[in-house]
Amino acid sequence: MSDIVISVENLGKLYTLKHKGNGAPYTTFRDVIARQAVAPFKAFSERLRAHSVLNGSSPHHSNGSVLTDSVEQFWALKDVSFEVKQGDVLGIIGRNGAGKSTLLKILSRITEPTKGRVRIRGRVASLLEVGTGFHPELTGRENVYLNGGILGMSRAEIKARFDEIVAFAEVEKFLDTPVKRYSSGMYVRLAFAVAAHLEPEILIVDEVLAVGDAEFQKKCLGKIHDVATGGRTVLFVSHNMQAVSVLCNRGFFFQGGTLAYTGNVKETIQLYLSTFSKSRGSDELPDRRPGSGEYRYTLASPAREYFGSAEEKIVNFEIQRRGKLVGRMWLSAHIVDAGGTVVVQCDSRLVGTRVEDFKRVTGEFRFTTPWLKPGSYRVDLFICAGPIVDVWHGACSLTISPVLPYQNSASEDGTQDGLVLAEFVWETGELIRGGEETNGDNSSVCLD
Amino acid sequence: MHELVIEPGRTEKNYWRDLWRYRELFYILAWRDISVRYKQTAIGVIWAILRPFLAMVIFTVVFGRIAKMPSHGIPYPILVFAAMLPWQFFANALAEASQSLVINTNLISKVYFPRLIIPAGTVITSLVDLLISAALLGVLLIWFHFLPDWRILTLPVFTLMAFLAALGPGLLLTALNVKFRDFRYVVPFIVQFGLFISPVGFSSDVIPEKWRPLYSLNPIVGVIDGFRWAICRGASQIYLPGFAFSTATIIVFLVLGIRYFRRTERTFADVI
Repeated sequence: MSDIVISVENLGKLYTLKHKGNGAPYTTFRDVIARQAVAPFKAFSERLRAHSVLNGSSPHHSNGSVLTDSVEQFWALKDVSFEVKQGDVLGIIGRNGAGKSTLLKILSRITEPTKGRVRIRGRVASLLEVGTGFHPELTGRENVYLNGGILGMSRAEIKARFDEIVAFAEVEKFLDTPVKRYSSGMYVRLAFAVAAHLEPEILIVDEVLAVGDAEFQKKCLGKIHDVATGGRTVLFVSHNMQAVSVLCNRGFFFQGGTLAYTGNVKETIQLYLSTFSKSRGSDELPDRRPGSGEYRYTLASPAREYFGSAEEKIVNFEIQRRGKLVGRMWLSAHIVDAGGTVVVQCDSRLVGTRVEDFKRVTGEFRFTTPWLKPGSYRVDLFICAGPIVDVWHGACSLTISPVLPYQNSASEDGTQDGLVLAEFVWETGELIRGGEETNGDNSSVCLD
Repeated sequence: MHELVIEPGRTEKNYWRDLWRYRELFYILAWRDISVRYKQTAIGVIWAILRPFLAMVIFTVVFGRIAKMPSHGIPYPILVFAAMLPWQFFANALAEASQSLVINTNLISKVYFPRLIIPAGTVITSLVDLLISAALLGVLLIWFHFLPDWRILTLPVFTLMAFLAALGPGLLLTALNVKFRDFRYVVPFIVQFGLFISPVGFSSDVIPEKWRPLYSLNPIVGVIDGFRWAICRGASQIYLPGFAFSTATIIVFLVLGIRYFRRTERTFADVI
């Protein structure tokens, strides 16, 4: 018996996108009937128009009915083949819309592939979201059973691991409180704890560590690591390169629906990060980005090729309306370093900027502090209005010139630690000089 | 170690076995719905009793006192309530089942399990309400000194029939609702209309003989006749040809529902 637990052959998933005229998020039967009724007339009028164009008469603009749909097909995943051996810990990386989540959805049987074949040996547990099925009205205890059941654990299994789950989540005192009164940290801890105790043969995890505080993330990573070292197979999707590099032994890099590279995890990460610095902005289609999509960034570019570390950094952007109004919105930006760490978050609410009701707007996003260290940074842009309207990972990149903003220079170990640079002062009081007989208290400061 | 193969269009051979493997999920989802329903409500379970009770009072007054419909010597409130039980169950179950997939969107797009569990689970939830109202029936029977005989033991059979009668159209509607959201408007319409064309307020033998087979195409007619027969010591007869028609309609809807549901279920996560 071979030790291959997952084998994927020529897997493909075709999505049909409908760009609807009226912007409703779902079809109604009424629309379908109406379209059927309108279709013959439309075909006729189009033929008429084509005819008039041929005859050289002016083509009159018909704005079309509200029911005009344009259908676009795209392969979210195409010709993907790979094999996974037992005990492999795979880091799956790539930009949004590269096909990572589609792959996981197919592997966890949530959606069906359009072509190709997958063979899986062993029990699969997939964790595509933390707290799937949690009900706010139910208590912590009840939700453990509910969530466990949904993820495929039997009651006996949950009962056996209940204490462990609760201890891991650190919510002993609040077990009989409805989870709607939990802090978001407690909620996430409990949700992850249930999933972490699934003990499947194959564990599929999608970007669940994006939530929770640093300490808890560490704990989660530790738990996933335990699962991995226990000889189980893990498929791990994350934008957190730190986590991927620590956890995984193999890397899969997805780009545009295809598996662009497989190999050693360090090399894969390098390759992935290099795609950010090369292009000015990511080539993701706005409509395929996450978010509810009523408004989308259509442009983002840094004002200059290089910025000095202490200079004002400027990003130009443009937003356009794509759907119905959502009320007042605010904008936010993340500056992300090469290791995937969000160095700084700039939320426009904090500086009192909100926008509402426009068709198109251009603007500038500027910041001076912190002093970024030399190198390349990714800029992620967001539009929010309660629900998130647009998320554009890798909207553009900022390059900080290698000239340090200090008067003097030091050897490399003078700047290698720390995430950012700071404007700082070292000031000393009066230096007390004297003979060798200073009373044991060595207070002299070494100044160079 | 069993091997799982995922391919386009593959009808899963082990679907029904999977359904059995996930049987605890039925219980868990039903339990969730029930406990959520009665949390943060002032009078809790009384709702399950109050609605059929008030409807029974009104129907008794309108059909029994004002229209003076025949009752075969059965106290009119009991005649009405014996029909109100399955009717309320059917109406609730259909309404809940047809909304169930859309309400559970988050589950469908994030975890795998046989999707049939969601609508079937909600129908089971409605059974609990049925049991609660059955307690009220018990009180009525004692109040009117109208004690049922052995026939009441057949009640589970008719309950199963009501269950299947709600499940068939429920599956069909909930699957259609995933794709076409305006099907949610169909259900209140069915429920409102159904109450008038079903023999809830009156005995079904007031329908002229030659129309009864046609009338019995309404699946609930057979169910209600069955409930009355079982509860009212056989004083209310089952019209057998009609009963057969009702049963046939139930089966047709069930087959249609399951087939349509199974055919579309693979695309739920993409469409919803």
